[in-house]
Parts: sequence; structure tokens; C-alpha cells
Amino acid sequence: MTTATQADTAGKAAKAQTLFDKLWQRHLVKEEPGGPSLLYIDRQLVHDVTSPQSFEGLRLSGRKAWRPETVLATADHNVPTTQLERRSGADGISDPLSRIQVDQLTRNCGDFGIAEFGLGDERQGIVHVIGPEQGFTLPGTSVVAGDSHTSTHGAFAALAFGVGASEAEHVLATQCLALKRLKPMLVRVCGRLPERLSAKDLILNIIGHLGTAGGTGYAIEFAGEAISELSMEGRMTLCNMAIEAGARVGLVAVDDKTIAYVKGRPLAPKGEQWKAAEAYWRTLASDEGAAFDRVVEIDAAGLRPMVTWGTTPEMVVPVDGRVPDPMHEADPVRRGNMQTALEYMGLKGGTPIGQIQLDKVFIGSCTNSRIEDLRVAAAVVKGRKRAPNIRQALVVPGSGLVKRQAEAEGLHQVFLDAGFEWREPGCSMCLGMNADRLGKGERCASTSNRNFEGRQGPGGRTHLVSPAMAAAAAIAGHFVDITQF
Amino acid sequence: MEAFTSLTGLVAPLDRNNIDTDAIVPKQFLKAIVRTGFGRHLFDELRFLDAGELGQDPATRQQNPRFSLNQPRYQGAQILLARENFGCGSSREHAPWAILDYGFRAIVAVSFADIFYDNCFKNGILPIALDAALIDRLFKEVEAAEGYRLSIDLAAQTITTPSRETLDFEIDASRKRSLLEGLDDIAITLADADAIRRYEQLRARQEPWLFDPACRPAIS
Repeated sequence: MTTATQADTAGKAAKAQTLFDKLWQRHLVKEEPGGPSLLYIDRQLVHDVTSPQSFEGLRLSGRKAWRPETVLATADHNVPTTQLERRSGADGISDPLSRIQVDQLTRNCGDFGIAEFGLGDERQGIVHVIGPEQGFTLPGTSVVAGDSHTSTHGAFAALAFGVGASEAEHVLATQCLALKRLKPMLVRVCGRLPERLSAKDLILNIIGHLGTAGGTGYAIEFAGEAISELSMEGRMTLCNMAIEAGARVGLVAVDDKTIAYVKGRPLAPKGEQWKAAEAYWRTLASDEGAAFDRVVEIDAAGLRPMVTWGTTPEMVVPVDGRVPDPMHEADPVRRGNMQTALEYMGLKGGTPIGQIQLDKVFIGSCTNSRIEDLRVAAAVVKGRKRAPNIRQALVVPGSGLVKRQAEAEGLHQVFLDAGFEWREPGCSMCLGMNADRLGKGERCASTSNRNFEGRQGPGGRTHLVSPAMAAAAAIAGHFVDITQF
Repeated sequence: MEAFTSLTGLVAPLDRNNIDTDAIVPKQFLKAIVRTGFGRHLFDELRFLDAGELGQDPATRQQNPRFSLNQPRYQGAQILLARENFGCGSSREHAPWAILDYGFRAIVAVSFADIFYDNCFKNGILPIALDAALIDRLFKEVEAAEGYRLSIDLAAQTITTPSRETLDFEIDASRKRSLLEGLDDIAITLADADAIRRYEQLRARQEPWLFDPACRPAIS
């Protein structure tokens, strides 16, 4: 039996709704009591690594893409980032397996009628950077990608979440996904972030508070003064890491900043359509008195710069803190996990965070590779030099357009003068599928999103930080209090 | 997808919280363009002491003797016992593909990450969440008795232990049906093609820009 689809409820006086409720309702094609809901998907982003099997599935079943014009593809995970390898596009990729995968994406897009930004295209970049940059991600849309950091797009009040290859295939074939309704959670961040702290410090703090599974089953809406104060780039950083607290979806309501960011983007509506779109988009906020399944309050004013010490993003402390001592943990399973993490990280409980010496620095990833991130990092680096113990400091812009903008502002020169490397866009050392990776035992200050064992390379040790902290750590050779640096 | 109805199988323990998808199948194995052959790389960095590359034969690798799955008593296990937040991290479906290819058909844990949980059902793997205290007891029982096997009956939603104790578990009705019958989820959705088209007409009136060629990425 079909009940309560969007068409049925249109026009009825509705009770106060959360932003999530509104987006869910809008995309509901079919709903069965007790069963999953059939949700309509407006936009799909496709990248090189998780898509081959989706297209293979379509071929094996003889299916076509339902609306290929709603899909945008680019290679990001597996691509090299050196100018040398990128000079001749996909043909320049030296790793034969990577090249097969990148070529396969182009072939699949051609066969299924999907637009792709190829490696030679300046619009190529990390899918979660280029979607918003192009206006492909629009407020009120539903967005999926075979990538858990699709939550990023929720910064535009889009219902955006990561899916597996089978679900991606399902969306390609049907434009829909059968999904169980998530529960709305509100994270209200009162007060203003202290000077030099960023969305990254805020989200690391929130993850530390909720835990890596605290958001499982939820869609988290971020609201409050500190969120209103954030730029769209900052909101993307915030929503990007909702998944690190276990929440598939992160959301921020539409306001003037959202509208200003989207206006004039290549794929954004224009003219009369823009006016209608803006009017609708401005309704995309939680109603006064809307009920959330869980509410968490955070005071931004008291926050400090954050650094992860372990192997999950919840293992995080302020920069002026110490690595926690497992002996103080009462729960035996948690204590065991802490000991395992410390052993892997080569750290001892009680060590001051500021005393941890680093080997590498990575500024990039779908979390922190946008122009604002590069500006902040460059401002810290300007006129200074990379510390002798830092073997490599990589700056990898999130897209070709971010790179061009940064170069127009002279940021690349600031980084190069300080002894950093300036690379071509891609996911790079966030997951080390290409040559950009950590060696065994190497310790890295990284603006990426995951500090799992082996994430940046087998045996590599990752500390997640903000762009300002990563930049400062490259100069000092260790973590420093960026509010004093 | 292969149906899942019932299973009696050897249980292997993986005694850690937050087993992430990078641990289940590390990134260097994601360069493959097929769904098969990932079992040899399951838990690669936990299972082996040397660095592995795609397609490498496990027999040529240096096994980590401390890792549970390498112990003779757990060879041939079909049920994986784990703790909290199993499968957190990325959306890579390579994780359930590797688990299935290795030989597991069910995972019994305290909790699962959302995307991983969904991905299991797309591949005929049954993820079962049980209370933490119960999981703790199962870990102790598995440790104490070599050859410890559980019997899972999906239709009845029960697990039976070697001492004939029956444990109930929860599962969403539609997911249960899909697994029991090995259904093709895409075919089920396509049966609603008319409803999808009607919905599109409604949305095109509400948000015409989403259907406007000017708002579509051009094919070069």
C-alpha cells in the first residue's frame, strides 16, 4: 500500500518540520508502512574507484541509465598529482592499474551518455569540490555518490549521502533508492568560534563529543550562531565529516551565504528560474519548534584547536592537551582499543600534543582543499620555511579551478617559497591510492578526514588537523597552538 | 544475488571496536574493476606482515600469527563475530565483496555503520546486531570451545548456540524478504516505473530548473 507521498500531502497544513523532514518528504516517490521509502535522486556524482562495478552491473543486466543527464563524472581518487604525470592527461598515468581504471571511467561515461570532466579539463577535481563549484549541487536536491563524503553537499541543504556500488547502480538504473528513513539530529553550536579556529576544529570537537558511531542512523543538522558565521567552504568541511561521527547525512539550512555562493555558477538556474528557485530554497530551514530525535548543544566560544592522536577521528584532543592514558579508561574494550591505537601511532599516554614530531604535512582532500583553506594555510606559511624534519609538505588543490584561483592570488608561490610542493588536483594523500602516501612509521599532519590504520599508506600515522594547524606544523616541525603562532 | 535462508557455520572472532573499511580492504586493492577476488585481501594489513599488492597469492605472503583468522581453529569460518561500529568509514562495497569472497555469509556484532550495513544486504550477507553483553559472552564462548558453531535461521530470526540456547535478532521486514528470496532490488524498483515518471512530472512543475537542459553538465 502506498501512503503519504509528496503528492498526497501537498497542500495539507503540515506540522513544524525539520529541514531533513522537508527534504525527505519532497523526494518521496513511494512509502510503505514499515518498509523502506523509495526516494528520488536528483543528482549523482561518479568517480573512478567505486564506479566500474556499477557500470558492469548495468551491462550484465542490459540496463540503461534512467536520466544520464543528472550524472557528472570525474576521476579523482586514483589520479597522480605531479605535473609530470598530468601533462598528457590519462595517458601520462604511470601506474597501469590506475590508468585502466581512469580509462574505464571514460569508456563507461561514453557508453552510458554521462558527462565527464577528463584529466585535461580544468574543471576536473575532487567530486565533492566540483559539484558545488559547478552549481551541479543545488539546494533542495538529493545527491548521491559512491563515496561516503557525499555528506559534504548537505552544506547546501541538499539531502546528500554516500552509497555503495550496488546502490549507485540502482540509482543509475532507476533514479531512485530504497532507503529507511533517517532520524533528524540537531547539533546547535552557540557562540562564535575563537579567532583562527575553523570548521575543522569544530567538527573534530563534535566527533569527539558524539563518538564515531554517535550519528549512526541520524541525519545531523548543524545550526546556531557559529554555523551562520561559517562560510560555505566551512560548512562543507563540517558536513563532509558528519560521516566520521557515523551520520550519513549532514545538513545546514539555506541563508544569504548559500544563495550568494550558488548564484552565477555554470549549472545554476538563471533569470526567472533563478527567482523561483531562490524563493523555494529560502524555505529550506527547520521550522520553529520542529522536533528532533536528538539535540546536542556545543559552545563554540570555548573551543581550542584540535588534533587527533589515535586511529579513529573520535580520538581527538585540544592542541594544548596530552595523549590520553589508557590506564585511566575503565571500560576494558575501550582501553584495549586505545592501547592498540597508541601502539600503532607510536605514542605514549601522557605525551603533550605539542611535543609530537612530524615527518610529513598534507593540505588537501574533500575536507580542506578549497580556496579558503589554501588562503588560510598560505597566510600562516607566508615568509617562513618548512622545518628541516618535515620531509614533504604537499598542497593539493581540490579542483583545477581552485588551483587557477590560488595561482591568480599568488598562493602557490607562497607555498613553493616555503618549501612546500604544489600539485595537481585529486584525492591524493587522503587515501594514498596514487603515489602520494606515507611510508611505514611516517607521521603526518593532515587536513584530511580519516586517521584509520594504513589510511594514508601502510604503517603511516595520521593526525587530523585544520589547514592552519597543518601549515603551522610544517613550519614548526611539530604541533603548535595556532592561536599564538 | 544469492539468497540467504539459514546457515550453520564456524565462528571466527575479531575482537575490536570500529573495524573500518580501510582495515577490511585497504585502498591499494580498490584499483580492480570487477567485484570478485577480494577475499585474498580481506583485512590485509591485520592478516599479513608484509605489504600486499592487488592479485597477490596469500600463500606467498607473510602471515601475522597473532591475527585470529590466521589460526588453524578458525579456518573455514562462515560467521564473523565483531564488536561496535563494524564497517565504519568509506562506502566502498569492496568491503562486503571481500568478506563474502573470503567465505563469510553472516556478521554478528554489537553495531554496524549505516552504509556498510546496507551494502551487506546487496551482497547476500546477513549482518546481525546483538546486545553488547551478549556479544561479550559469545566472544568468551568462541574462545573457550574450539569448533564453536552457530546456527542462523533468517526466517525465524534466531541464532542457536551449541548449548541449544536460542537468541532472537531484529531485521527490517523488506530486507529480510530480499535476502530470503535473493531478489533483484533494481527489478523491484523498475516495477514502479510509472510511479517514478509521475513523480518526475510533479517535480518538473515544482522545480523546473532540475529538468532544464541549461542546468545539465554538457557532454564534451
